[in-house]
Amino acid sequence: MRSFVCFLLLIFTTNIFSVNNNLILADSFPEKLSEFGFFIDYSAQEPHKKVIPYELISTLFSDYSYKQRWVYVPDHAKATYVKDWVFDFPEGSALIKTFYYPIDERNPDLGKQLLETRLLLRKKDGWEGVSYAWNEEQNEAYKKIAGKTINASWIDFMGDQRQVRYRVPNVNQCKECHAAKDVITPIGPKAKNINKDFTYEEGEFNQLAYWMKKEIINAFPQDLVSPVDWSDKTQNIDDRARSYLDVNCGHCHSATGNANSTGLYLNLVETRDINLGIYKKPVATGRGSGGNKYSIVPGKPDESILLYRMQSMDPGIMMPESGRVLTHQEAVEMLREWITKLPN
Amino acid sequence: MKSILLFFIPFLASFNLNAKEVHINPGPNAQERVQEAMILMEEGDTLIIKSGYYAFEDGLSLDVNGVTVKGEGIDNTILDFKNQQSGAQGLLVTSDRVTLSDFSILDAKGDALKVIGAKGINMINLKTEWTGGPKSTNGAYGFYPVESEDVLIDGCVAIGASDAGIYVGQSKNIIVRNSIAQFNVAGIEIENSYYADVYNNLASHNTGGILVFDLPDLPQQGGHHIRVFDNKSIDNDTDNFAPEGNIVGEVPRGTGIIIMANSDVEIFNNLMSGNGTVNLSIVSYGDETDDPNYYPHPKNIQVHGNTYGPSGFDPDIETGDLAKALFEISGGNMPDIFWDGVVPLSQIILGQPDDEKLIIEEENARFLTIKPIKYMLGFSDPTNTNKEDFRGKISPLKEIKIETF
Repeated sequence: MRSFVCFLLLIFTTNIFSVNNNLILADSFPEKLSEFGFFIDYSAQEPHKKVIPYELISTLFSDYSYKQRWVYVPDHAKATYVKDWVFDFPEGSALIKTFYYPIDERNPDLGKQLLETRLLLRKKDGWEGVSYAWNEEQNEAYKKIAGKTINASWIDFMGDQRQVRYRVPNVNQCKECHAAKDVITPIGPKAKNINKDFTYEEGEFNQLAYWMKKEIINAFPQDLVSPVDWSDKTQNIDDRARSYLDVNCGHCHSATGNANSTGLYLNLVETRDINLGIYKKPVATGRGSGGNKYSIVPGKPDESILLYRMQSMDPGIMMPESGRVLTHQEAVEMLREWITKLPN
Repeated sequence: MKSILLFFIPFLASFNLNAKEVHINPGPNAQERVQEAMILMEEGDTLIIKSGYYAFEDGLSLDVNGVTVKGEGIDNTILDFKNQQSGAQGLLVTSDRVTLSDFSILDAKGDALKVIGAKGINMINLKTEWTGGPKSTNGAYGFYPVESEDVLIDGCVAIGASDAGIYVGQSKNIIVRNSIAQFNVAGIEIENSYYADVYNNLASHNTGGILVFDLPDLPQQGGHHIRVFDNKSIDNDTDNFAPEGNIVGEVPRGTGIIIMANSDVEIFNNLMSGNGTVNLSIVSYGDETDDPNYYPHPKNIQVHGNTYGPSGFDPDIETGDLAKALFEISGGNMPDIFWDGVVPLSQIILGQPDDEKLIIEEENARFLTIKPIKYMLGFSDPTNTNKEDFRGKISPLKEIKIETF
């Protein structure tokens, strides 16, 4: 009898404290986020010990929301380093990203409002994406195939109350950004993007070194050219601008992305002026041009379509097309400086 | 027997035996219900959007191969986007072998219907409209397939687009037929595309009726093999309302058909009439470009058997350079057909190769071109209005066949 109880307890605890590998690989997505077992405490977003937090050097703007990222790679498997691209993760891997607003940016102790947790799951045939939206009680998140609108608010660093019609993307919208040559792919976890220190429970380590130590990647090069943190004002303005454009625009605006028909390529490897938008005429921009003739006019930020579309909040004009409804003021100012200083 | 089996197996395999019909009715949560249905449908399925009025706050998207989305007629199934809060178009399609039919998309904030990278897209009996009339705040394109193959637009209506009502860009194997484009800046535009048949359409009350363009600095250029026939491009009399910065913003009010920088274009059996600037204009790309792969001049353009009604009676010299230049050089005696005569320097000296020459076989059309050599040497009249100089043998382009599915 006692052994039976022990056995039950074992099953019970195993189920609670392990990640459900079968669900990651399954043909369909479960209704509830908790079924995956990625977290020990869902409300507190405390991950399972196999689920490793990470950060990116420069991040995509998503209406001032905060993001926490985790990676999960199943036991006895490793992601393979790929030059200039994301790691090639093995089947059964998961990339997990929770979006939230702090109640008050000035005081983290007041807590946060969890919005959604997006998953990219490495199935047998490739990646699939889905998002789970958090309930009002903030103790469970539910699958939202068609997306969801959340009217959220927070108090910003200036003490101002901010409101946003936050959109949880539908599964097609995942693909709008996460597609290269029509195949779903992660964007963030390229070696160059995670080449920075992170404070783990065990202490501070370079993330790539830590991933090696945890045996979730097979290798990484020592001579990586990484983007800079675009918000780091000690960095060169050209590097900051290109880093920002790379992570915010380059996944679509590249030769393999969704916006390749535009000929405007903003990924880090692009070097041709015309394709970067310098004196490039619009093609199918419509009223997105704002009456301007070129994507970027060196020295003239207010005549540059790129900046006009970044500032707009009109869905028929704004860029990116999805993922934001607010204007990223700080980035607009940084890019304004960059365009002003571009040599003519 | 064996050969019959071999024939049938792939045939069966391409069918979803569980193909189903999903019906959506108007009512609350239309956004979520329609979008969810478009995501959950599987190859072979048909989504039927029943008669009624559907208001959307976000754009819709479809990414499932081999499906059909049908309404119950353009006056019955209305998808209204005037309160759109997010999404750069009304409906976005990114999958292959899709048929859309019998519904209307109204007042999208950006483009009404955009199709990216589809292999096989049928757009049949659809309407896109901006209901407030021609305004620069209207979305750019009504129908906007781009980077697609086997594109069919049949029996559609496009009204009020601030760029082009029907725009096919960087695509291959295209048929646009039996459609109506009105009150757009450009009625129908085929741009940087290969192998298109544009026929039996009505383009009226646009700024320009039908445009065949090729532009530089794009992944697909060298647009060629375009046939434009049996169309009516008439009474294009709407002031250009394109937002500045766009190439169609240069199109003067009252142009019937414009060919710019394309190769192998055949224009025949169309009616062009009531176009206040010019019925037919054949021009080079006029702006500077450093693109080494781009050819800015039209070549092998064949024009024959068209009917020309009144034109040139109200040239729009305010918009772009075309009308103004034409008005000045013709001394106000505007032609039906205008060719700017611009060719590469080598051809000014040595002449054009025969297979690149403009051919005009028309009975009743006034023609004007500019002789670049005379123009450069400062002749007081560098024009040539004798269309007999451009007679030649018509070599018909092949009919376009598209894959059906």
